[in-house]
Amino acid sequence: MFDGPEPIYVQIAQMIRAQVLAGELKEEEQVMSTTQFATTFRINPATAQKAFAGLVDEGLLYKRRGLGMFVAPGARERLLDEHRKSYFEDVLKPALQQADILGISTDDVVAYVLGADGTRTTTEES
Amino acid sequence: MTTAPFGARLDDVVVRFGRSHRMLPTGTVVRDEAGTGLAGASLTIRPGTITGVLGRNGAGKTTMLSLLAAFTRPTSGTVVVGPEGAQEDPWENPWITSGTQLVRESGDLMNDEKLAVSLRYYADVRPCWSAETAERLLDLFEVDVRKNPSALSRGKRSAVGATIGLASRAPLTIFDEVYLGMDAPTRYAFYDELLADYAEHPRTILLSSHLVEEVERLFEDVVVIDRGRVLIAETAEQMRARGVSLTGSKDAVERLVGARRELHRQQLGATVQVTLEGGLDDDEAAAARSAGVEVGSVPLQDLFVRLTDPRSVRP
Repeated sequence: MFDGPEPIYVQIAQMIRAQVLAGELKEEEQVMSTTQFATTFRINPATAQKAFAGLVDEGLLYKRRGLGMFVAPGARERLLDEHRKSYFEDVLKPALQQADILGISTDDVVAYVLGADGTRTTTEES
Repeated sequence: MTTAPFGARLDDVVVRFGRSHRMLPTGTVVRDEAGTGLAGASLTIRPGTITGVLGRNGAGKTTMLSLLAAFTRPTSGTVVVGPEGAQEDPWENPWITSGTQLVRESGDLMNDEKLAVSLRYYADVRPCWSAETAERLLDLFEVDVRKNPSALSRGKRSAVGATIGLASRAPLTIFDEVYLGMDAPTRYAFYDELLADYAEHPRTILLSSHLVEEVERLFEDVVVIDRGRVLIAETAEQMRARGVSLTGSKDAVERLVGARRELHRQQLGATVQVTLEGGLDDDEAAAARSAGVEVGSVPLQDLFVRLTDPRSVRP
């Protein structure tokens, strides 16, 4: 856990963002306290604190005095929006570049996206 | 009773041991210096942090920790310990020393009395002592207080040391290689208890260990002592940013390395892994990505090994 090249607090923030995005952490749901987080992952509480403070600044989490941290309303929608914007540039573009290197034709990629049984259709149509 | 966490400062501290005098056949008396513990160490310990103290064998870690607990005195230089704004020389200073708990490898227990007697002693001298914590931890570590310390295994004696440190709730709690002899489950139980107790009762904790990999994430600050001097004293995050590892084809990695200082290099066929000093900026990271070079973090353990390598150039 948290073995990436970024500082640990950045990785913790990413993990929480991913949980919100996946719907594992619901809006208005309480997130683990700094102490719980620190003892669960065996990290310094200040590191967890720094990750949470960043997420509060982003407006993804908010504090309720004496109760703890909660997922802000609209947090998931905001993340979805951001990730949709960067999806093509950050995810699809490198994947298509790799397809070029491997000599996979655009037709093959399109065929895969649509699925052999045609189950995957564009959202605009549905 | 609660006291504000203690900080500490060392200013150009030198500690020499074992001065002896010897007479030459000519009748002249010369003084021998048997050893140097610290050779001009300066550093600040931030109050309220968990600070890791790293260093190779004989680097001066134990000497430094003993100075803070007033177990030794500097030959020259100054040491001050105490809460922010009220730091004093700890030597023969009851107010400071009662707030400082140094847990040494030896355990500092009364070997010819039952363990319960030693524990009562610590309960008396530590104003913030938590009997409840002590009892709970001894139970967790399965230590029988009716035994004499000498009848306990190495690992159990270390567990007693860990218990004394945690139960002391001292504003400055120092664990000097307290893990020795503890098995892995006991060590992890100790780390968990340390974090939980620290979160609930903020204070300053110093932890020296050779098992860097196991403890590096517990640290907010890190001090690296090397040959009697302070090589590094900064946040763990800053220290992690001192290195980056690049893995990929030799040519691609070589282009990224440029004129930077290499801390380590490993070659596996056509693939090289290079540990570089410093980090990558956004442009360099993008260049690495497009060249298929994997950028990784360097564990503190590796940085510590590389930066204190006597064969490497001094930073």
